[in-house]
Amino acid sequence: MKKNTNKGSAPLLDVRNLQTYFKTDEGIVKAVDGISFTLGEGETLGIVGESGSGKSVTNLSIMRLIQSPPGKIVGGQILFEGKDILTLSEKELRHVRGNEISMIFQDPMTSLNPFLRISTQMIETILLHQKMTKKEALKKSIDMLKLVGIPAAEERVHNYPHQFSGGMRQRVMIGMALSCEAKVLIADEPTTALDVTIQAQILELINELAKKLNTAVILITHDLGVVAGMCDTVCVMYAGKIVEKAKTEDLYASPSHPYTFGLIQSVPRLDKAQDGKLYSIEGQPPNVIDLPECCPFHPRCNKKMDICTYKYPPVKKVGENHEVACWLYADEKEKSST
Amino acid sequence: MSDSDMNLKQPILEVKDLKQHFPIESGLLLKKQVGAVRAVDGISFDLLPGETLGIVGESGCGKSTTVRAISQLYTPTSGSVILNGLDLINASKKETLEARKDMQMIFQDPYASLDPRMTVRTIIAEPLEIYKRRGMLDTQMSRNDIENRVEELMERVGLNRAFKNRYPHEFSGGQRQRIGIARALALNPKIILADEPVSALDVSIQSQILNLLHELQQELGLTYIFIAHDLAVIEYISTRVAVMYLGKIMELSRAADPYKNPLHPYTKALLSAAPIPDPVIERKRQRIILTGDVPSPNVERHGCYFYDRCPSRMAKCKENIPQMKRVDEHHEVACFLYE
Repeated sequence: MKKNTNKGSAPLLDVRNLQTYFKTDEGIVKAVDGISFTLGEGETLGIVGESGSGKSVTNLSIMRLIQSPPGKIVGGQILFEGKDILTLSEKELRHVRGNEISMIFQDPMTSLNPFLRISTQMIETILLHQKMTKKEALKKSIDMLKLVGIPAAEERVHNYPHQFSGGMRQRVMIGMALSCEAKVLIADEPTTALDVTIQAQILELINELAKKLNTAVILITHDLGVVAGMCDTVCVMYAGKIVEKAKTEDLYASPSHPYTFGLIQSVPRLDKAQDGKLYSIEGQPPNVIDLPECCPFHPRCNKKMDICTYKYPPVKKVGENHEVACWLYADEKEKSST
Repeated sequence: MSDSDMNLKQPILEVKDLKQHFPIESGLLLKKQVGAVRAVDGISFDLLPGETLGIVGESGCGKSTTVRAISQLYTPTSGSVILNGLDLINASKKETLEARKDMQMIFQDPYASLDPRMTVRTIIAEPLEIYKRRGMLDTQMSRNDIENRVEELMERVGLNRAFKNRYPHEFSGGQRQRIGIARALALNPKIILADEPVSALDVSIQSQILNLLHELQQELGLTYIFIAHDLAVIEYISTRVAVMYLGKIMELSRAADPYKNPLHPYTKALLSAAPIPDPVIERKRQRIILTGDVPSPNVERHGCYFYDRCPSRMAKCKENIPQMKRVDEHHEVACFLYE
């Protein structure tokens, strides 16, 4: 699965120090707080984290789909092929959405309009972005449905969403998302609502299509198993920050952040028999309202030091393409500079 | 416990040929039954004291319906559920109530299963209050006793007793699931029916709850029926595993067997579809990808229930329903490959 990630040119998507905050009655929620990552052409990037860690907000920010108010992108840059998405006009944005960057959502039941036939919905998407006649667009829709493995696509294209099963609907969504040859596909928990056997089908499909069409994929998930099989690079998020970023093999072979380590250890594994206690991370996920400037993981961390309670750690390189934000890896100078 | 002990024990719960069909009706005034959803279509198993029977399967396979039919939340269509020698299906209302003291449920969604207008104290004390009002408690409890019992239960499941008067919305998902567990334990049940208790939780919280359930079992000698769709969770918590598909049990064995030695083609496919969190193993694996979706449970079947999706189907599978067959002491499978 190695891809031509770095051809010496700029990455396809370059997110720099992105900050998305939400204003609530109780205070400011820093849902995404200064994260940076890059995505190369044809690369598959995984974003893992628990609920509330900011994975979905990150990707909604990339599409500029954050509702404002209460949300606001307060800082950072999102460079897509060198252009900053955050400075685009509404019209230019519409060209990017769906055409260049496309998205599939978690719930295939609610992301299709139940009143409209699949054909209507697919044709609408295609006509919005490409110069075609309706007839050509219908043909294209049928081709896409065939590509994602819907049997009898010529007839099924005229069905309504309720006539499809969950897995089939997710296939339709993928077909729709890729119908304009988007360069980036953002998949937000695409298989969470599906059964394991269907999940395997859908992941296989995304993998295959990404290779065939050379699409870069951002896969958001909470399932470490899915990441292991699909992604080239992984970002682990906790409370709005990326705490660790590495090549998939490196992350699983040597998880450096105590949170990543705990996360990998606390999943029961099929291939290894376990008796007795499972490893577990104590405590509850943090309340993200008005988080203090410390490491948000320190109340649950088993390697907590004094400095963790009042200062956020710097991002350190612990290997090639392996970065971690933890005081365990900081040198003495950084620790004493406070 | 060793295997010989297991064999000597009398089952605490026997389920025999349990069927739960839901009628499909049509017509506005004169309702006529036009069909049935065969959610559970004839399953049998014994539950031994102290064990954990894991039920695994995809959505719509009837796992939740099974436990709900066992606890008499539905009225089963046919079959029998025998708890302590009493067949619950034909029991009187009073007998059912009495039996339910021994059998409590934990639900999947910690947000929907707690009444938002009740405090934690009221929620946990409710089972005690109900049985107290009917005079069916084993020992009479005063108001103070109940208060103490609630506090004791809260401590036991890892909740601070100072939170007694708080409401569910003030707790996180994992803590709410602890409240649900405390409520299930209030009457000192022998059997806990846990319907996907960790599916809605985050990974780090999931392991906390699994550990808690494990500890409680050791301490209180509980027997579990544990439902999950995550195979790794089932393997971890269970002593025996039943794999269900379309309302039928396909394979029933000790927990490690389906992983080391899966027999039924469906079990094999299910296992190979489950991702393993290790990129080195994961990328080398050969998947059995099943084609198609789970078929509708509304039609009566005369052949194997898995026929439509089975990669190794044979001619006779279409016309005959395979019966559960014992392949060794602890391993049963319903498939013609092993006739």
